[in-house]
Amino acid sequence: MSSESEVIDQFVEQEYKWGFYTDVETDTLPPGLNEDVIRHISAKKEEPEWLLDWRLKAFRHWQTMEEPRWPHVNYEPVDYQAISYYSAPGAKDKDRPKSLDEVDPKLLETYDKLGVPLHERERLAGVAVDAVFDSVSVGTTHQEELAKHGVIFCSFSEAVREHPELIQKYLGTVVPYTDNFFATLNSAVFSDGSFVYIPKGVRCPLELSTYFRINAAETGQFERTLIVADEGSHVSYLEGCTAPMRDENQLHAAVVELVALGDAEIKYSTVQNWYPGDEDGHGGIYNFVTKRGICKGDRSKICWTQVETGSAITWKYPSVILRGDDSVGEFYSVALANLAQQADTGTKMIHLGKNTRSTIISKGISAGKGQNSYRGLVQVGKNATKARNFTQCDSLLIGSRCGAHTFPYIEVKNPSAKVEHEATTSKIGEDQIFYCNARGIETQDAVNMIVNGFCKEVFRELPMEFAMEAQALMDVSLEGSVG
Amino acid sequence: MLEIKNLQAGVEGKMILNGIDLSINAGEVHAIMGPNGSGKSTLAQLLAGREGYEISAGSVSYKGQDLLDLGPEERVREGFFLAFQYPVEIPGVNTTYFLRAAVNALREHRGEPELNAVDFLKLMREKIQLLELDESLLKRSVNEGFSGGEKKRAEILQMALLDPTFAVLDETDSGLDIDALKVVAGGVNHLKRADNAQLVITHYQRLLDYIVPDYVHVLVDGRIVKSGPKELALELEERGYDWIIEEQAA
Repeated sequence: MSSESEVIDQFVEQEYKWGFYTDVETDTLPPGLNEDVIRHISAKKEEPEWLLDWRLKAFRHWQTMEEPRWPHVNYEPVDYQAISYYSAPGAKDKDRPKSLDEVDPKLLETYDKLGVPLHERERLAGVAVDAVFDSVSVGTTHQEELAKHGVIFCSFSEAVREHPELIQKYLGTVVPYTDNFFATLNSAVFSDGSFVYIPKGVRCPLELSTYFRINAAETGQFERTLIVADEGSHVSYLEGCTAPMRDENQLHAAVVELVALGDAEIKYSTVQNWYPGDEDGHGGIYNFVTKRGICKGDRSKICWTQVETGSAITWKYPSVILRGDDSVGEFYSVALANLAQQADTGTKMIHLGKNTRSTIISKGISAGKGQNSYRGLVQVGKNATKARNFTQCDSLLIGSRCGAHTFPYIEVKNPSAKVEHEATTSKIGEDQIFYCNARGIETQDAVNMIVNGFCKEVFRELPMEFAMEAQALMDVSLEGSVG
Repeated sequence: MLEIKNLQAGVEGKMILNGIDLSINAGEVHAIMGPNGSGKSTLAQLLAGREGYEISAGSVSYKGQDLLDLGPEERVREGFFLAFQYPVEIPGVNTTYFLRAAVNALREHRGEPELNAVDFLKLMREKIQLLELDESLLKRSVNEGFSGGEKKRAEILQMALLDPTFAVLDETDSGLDIDALKVVAGGVNHLKRADNAQLVITHYQRLLDYIVPDYVHVLVDGRIVKSGPKELALELEERGYDWIIEEQAA
């Protein structure tokens, strides 16, 4: 028999299955941050002068900034001089691999173990993958097939070399290098990430996906992703992330920029499963991420879907600037704060164009000693006539040591706007668990069933292949929660 | 089939059941009646395995096993079923999905293959006709937004799907109009066989016009103070419980 309190106690005994470390030779910069480090990163990547200048401007600006203290999270200050800002698999003097065939088999094995095979014959059908390992991309699959449709999908470094005009045109246009402390740091030191360009009128034939893996110790991962959907195009993109189990905290400060031109649609999904640390709050990733998209053209659409189960601390607000008339922004989020995890996450919907519409569905689950905060801003500018927003913000509590918090901000400057906000907080009750038990359903299955039911509205927004994965991940994250 | 001996139990130091003795054989229907607060629902919940009761004395043997030693889900697998007085709402969990999980957990225990969605739907369609339930309910979340009558009928639907050997019906008649009562009773009677048994807990005699018991027991202050044939229920309906309480005091 298991009472609710036992359910909660054993919640913390779960295992993180992606916590292994791959022993590969690396080219790692010593810890520390100064202009030389930035010059070094830029030189490694054979970047043009303008990009180095942009990085240096960001760095100089960053030195004038203070780390934000407003999020509802607690952590020891990060020592930015104790982090290594560049770590790449492979020896210093070796050329970078020209194709996946030249990639160190140990790296390919790592991705096999993570369930993201990169080899030609085992690749996921219908999904093109860019695999980022610490500071660099180790390879991108299905590039030739995508090229037939004019779709560019490659690592950010490759894009800087091959398509500098596109990078120069769009980099920093959604998240300027002055944006915020972590985004500015990223602008100075970003190493790799993915770049996507979908040409006019093209519906991308494959799901695009980037798998981020932090491997090396005492390094930070600072990736940068840029997705541009030209007029009338359509793309669905997914990112996944994991890291080894370590007692020290590691910093992950990424920036994602999305640009949707007229009638274009970008669907961006995240399954974030960084190492969450242990039940006492030792170790785990600090996930301080800036994600923002702009619906630049009329009738464009950006949809963020996130399933956040990992990280010691999550600080991210995937946002949409609705500039084009009749543009649509959507945000669907499931955030789990278990163990000693802290999440302060939500979105910003900035309505500038006429008849712009946004939907926010946020599902926060708190368990263990987890603290989950929803923070969201809905802003309607004075020219945004007939803007509409609907926000639904639900919290589910499991046990009595966790917390759920909601910080909604609404700023409306146009009287024709219609903004709705609904919020609920519920607890998985002893009654519900007993009712399931009394129908022969085990407590663990009952908890999973109730949590998955709670998350359903968000899971169904994920591409089909990943909806199953997200549900399985949620089950694993709740594993061991019953005796 | 079920043998309760001198069962004494309470909550947070307050005694509710003060020595219950009850023996139920296969093929029998027993009814427990009693005033509010007499311990009827406590007995039902305790038999189903609800936590939080302190059992200070007595035993419950079910099909030769110590029932109190089994977890609630294990009791279900041994053919025990409780139809709840207040069925619990589980938002977000689809009713069909929930019922299939329940049926398959039982089948797995019995070493039978899982029912796939198609086979399960077939089984369920057959059973919902019995309860005259609207199929659209099955697409909704478990008990969420169901009317009182729908909830009770859904309980009996679950009973029909799990086909228990021993079922406790806890005030299944409360909140039902007479038509719904007939449907529910019809469903319960349909499930009655020579090799199973039912314990019907009720406040009112009228349910027993439709589910006819072999024995009626009167529960007062956590004790069975009188047992008799089905006519006892009619007498209770006419005279109330006071005369029994007075008889006890005398």
